[in-house]
Amino acid sequence: MRNGWSPYLGGALTGLLLVLSVLVTYQLFGHPRYLGTSTAYVKVAGLIEKAVSPTAVETNAYYQKKKPGIDWKVMLVLGVPLGAFLAAIRNGEFRPRWVPGVWRERFGTSPAVRALGAFVGGFLLIYGARLAGGCPSGHGLSGMSQLAVSAFIVVAGFFAGGIPLALILYGRRR
Amino acid sequence: MELLIGLITGIIWGYIFQRARIVRFEKHAGLLTLTDLTVLKFLLSGVVVGALGIQLLTTLGLAPYHLKPTFVAANFVGGVIYGLGWALLGYCPGTMPGAVGEGSLDGLFGILGGLCGAMAYAHTYPFWKEKLFGIGAYGKISLPMLLHLPPLLVGAIFAGLLLAFIVFLEKMGW
Repeated sequence: MRNGWSPYLGGALTGLLLVLSVLVTYQLFGHPRYLGTSTAYVKVAGLIEKAVSPTAVETNAYYQKKKPGIDWKVMLVLGVPLGAFLAAIRNGEFRPRWVPGVWRERFGTSPAVRALGAFVGGFLLIYGARLAGGCPSGHGLSGMSQLAVSAFIVVAGFFAGGIPLALILYGRRR
Repeated sequence: MELLIGLITGIIWGYIFQRARIVRFEKHAGLLTLTDLTVLKFLLSGVVVGALGIQLLTTLGLAPYHLKPTFVAANFVGGVIYGLGWALLGYCPGTMPGAVGEGSLDGLFGILGGLCGAMAYAHTYPFWKEKLFGIGAYGKISLPMLLHLPPLLVGAIFAGLLLAFIVFLEKMGW
């Protein structure tokens, strides 16, 4: 398909990937690896902090729960840009850009303004995800697939926070 | 070996992300302004396959659950903070590296913000633990446990409801 895949196909393949990942990792290594990405940010953040101040990490209760290091989850998140790059190159869609179109219409072409917006957004994104215990992959996909109660509360929160702000920022366009 | 499997899983996932278009800022802004439901459709079909597959695996004893505990207040507040960041950033933690792989270099600042957000969370975790984690702490619970029904049955009903919702979305022309 020239114009990419149907989101239903992509979603179904992702569901299949989740099921295979859980099956294969449990059978091979004895613990099921459910897809989730926000923990990886903690593991890498901890590594960076450890390089600066090892004692700060050793005495931190959260880093003791989520030990800094390169594990399966970090490798998963490192694999994503490789796969996306491969897909983009294969389909002639790799295009370096600093400012997304919808953002440009509202906030102008300045890469610095966009960089600031992305930084603050990314900060809140991971901060919130860690407080909530996961992101749309960990809670949304893996959590809802397990029918976990926490997943439904968190996903409601994602939209309760995201929809009003997005409507204010970008307005309703069709 | 486990790290390699993580990387390969990530590469496949990133490939799917790019092909299904859900790495793009426009798709996330579109979801949150309710004008383009690509990302929602992706998640819905992922959970249909995931819920059936995971409940089947666990029912057959091929893999265990890895439920995230329910902390009603922290789940919801974290979800809302996440949502605010999501609206500003236009990517999610898993698709953000994929966006970079496709050439959306503003995602790099999102990742940087995410790493800082993770560090900030690690250092403010004791505050939330004291203030929020006590509210609505029900532990690792799932819908089948609450309903006292077989997980596979609840999974099948849930998948059926999501499928009905997908059919509804398509009928409405979203």
